[in-house]
Amino acid sequence: MITAIKRFFHTFLLIELLKGMAVTGRHLFARKITIQYPDERTPQSPRFRGLHAQRRYPNGEERCIACKLCEAVCPAMAITIESAQREDGTRRTTRYDIDLTKCIFCGFCEEACPVDAIVETRIFDYHGEKRGDLYYTKEMLLAVGDKYEAQIAADRAADAPYR
Amino acid sequence: MEAMQQLLGPAWLPIWTLVKIVIIVLPLLIAVAYLTYAERKVIGWMQVRMGPNRVGFFGYRLWGLGQPIADAVKLMTKEIILPTGASKPLFLLAPVLSIAPAMAAWAVVPFTKDWVLANVNASLLYIMAITSMGVYGVVLAGWASNSKYALLGALRSAAQIVSYEIAMGFALVGVLMSAQSLNLVDIVEHQAGGFWQWYWLPLFPLFLVYLIAGVAETNRAPFDVAEGESEIVAGFHVDYSGMAFAVFFLAEYANMILIAALTSIMFLGGWLSPFPFLPDGFFWIAAKMSFVLFLFLWFRATFPRYRYDQIMRLGWKVFIPVTLVWILVVGGFMQTRLGYLFH
Repeated sequence: MITAIKRFFHTFLLIELLKGMAVTGRHLFARKITIQYPDERTPQSPRFRGLHAQRRYPNGEERCIACKLCEAVCPAMAITIESAQREDGTRRTTRYDIDLTKCIFCGFCEEACPVDAIVETRIFDYHGEKRGDLYYTKEMLLAVGDKYEAQIAADRAADAPYR
Repeated sequence: MEAMQQLLGPAWLPIWTLVKIVIIVLPLLIAVAYLTYAERKVIGWMQVRMGPNRVGFFGYRLWGLGQPIADAVKLMTKEIILPTGASKPLFLLAPVLSIAPAMAAWAVVPFTKDWVLANVNASLLYIMAITSMGVYGVVLAGWASNSKYALLGALRSAAQIVSYEIAMGFALVGVLMSAQSLNLVDIVEHQAGGFWQWYWLPLFPLFLVYLIAGVAETNRAPFDVAEGESEIVAGFHVDYSGMAFAVFFLAEYANMILIAALTSIMFLGGWLSPFPFLPDGFFWIAAKMSFVLFLFLWFRATFPRYRYDQIMRLGWKVFIPVTLVWILVVGGFMQTRLGYLFH
């Protein structure tokens, strides 16, 4: 009987509803957690896996030795490599393409690479304007690497103690 | 004004009435536009987001105040798609039927003692009659679209609005018993003398029922099963696009503002100030309407959608008995010396 009366008042005084409204009412004044993207950005890990790049040694020689480990490990089969012998007798790629529309950004290529040639950078806001724009060729990947080498090297150095 | 009256002769009355209609409808449409902005802002804040804050004027962001105008331009320039199976005349008539009552009801709403388009004696009856018409737009839209989702939405909406109208009507019966009048101006005048004299206090259960039934009448969350975007996409207006959709949108928000105005008039003392020493005026009814509208947005940000059978149970088995009991209580007290408690 007592519980029935209690229940009656509990229901008709809308206690539960008012509790719910108190929660949303408090949040009305809470500090907003929105990051206003182009103006503000979230912090990124040095291990961030974004757009790919091909690196060079400091003397300008490209790192990639066309071992095709990345091509073999790529689960999305996004990498296509063709190789040939250069005049100086070293094996080099004649073609190194990554189809970024296939890529799943797992980072396996980076892990597989014995010479740290293919890496993933922090760049995530790139785009293509027509079909095929996101099919990155060797020249494009090398250009990305040349442009962001300082950041790439710093990120590798920051991560080195943990691997 | 006298000179104009002389000049126009018998044409004066219709022209002056038209001017007054424009004076009411134009701010109403602007209020609707900015109510959508306020809704997105308030719900955003309650979800710890910021809400729209990009679109401004002349290169300034101004907290996103340009957003409703951008939305309106977008909706006006979009194509109105006619589904192949739809019944064209009814499909296009439905939004009109939806917005017409939402606008027409404002004819008798008093903003202050003198600011009322038509101060008729049966204004409460008029309001109840006109607002009942709104459901036809929804039902017709659902049927004319020739789509199952739309039809389901219309069915739900029809059943829901018809059920809650009864509770709403009974809540207003309490008000007119207390005020002894069907005239909205008289009802407000009867509540004079400070906020403890307003009808929300003696008629508290009816006030709650009216407010909640008002949320249900306007198909707002948590009673928005007619739209139910997680179950039936958008309910009765799935197949509407462009301006036809915008008209439904306008009607929904105009109805919200109307319910807010009516709640303020019936239960919160309309344009009367909460304390006798403060002057009465339009400011007070605007503040009260804003408060009720804020409650609408607050409800939407807080409560999950009711299940359909729960809505029906609440309407028929809770609200109608509660209103009936309270009408009996009011009526009983009015026969005793304590009748002054209920005026």
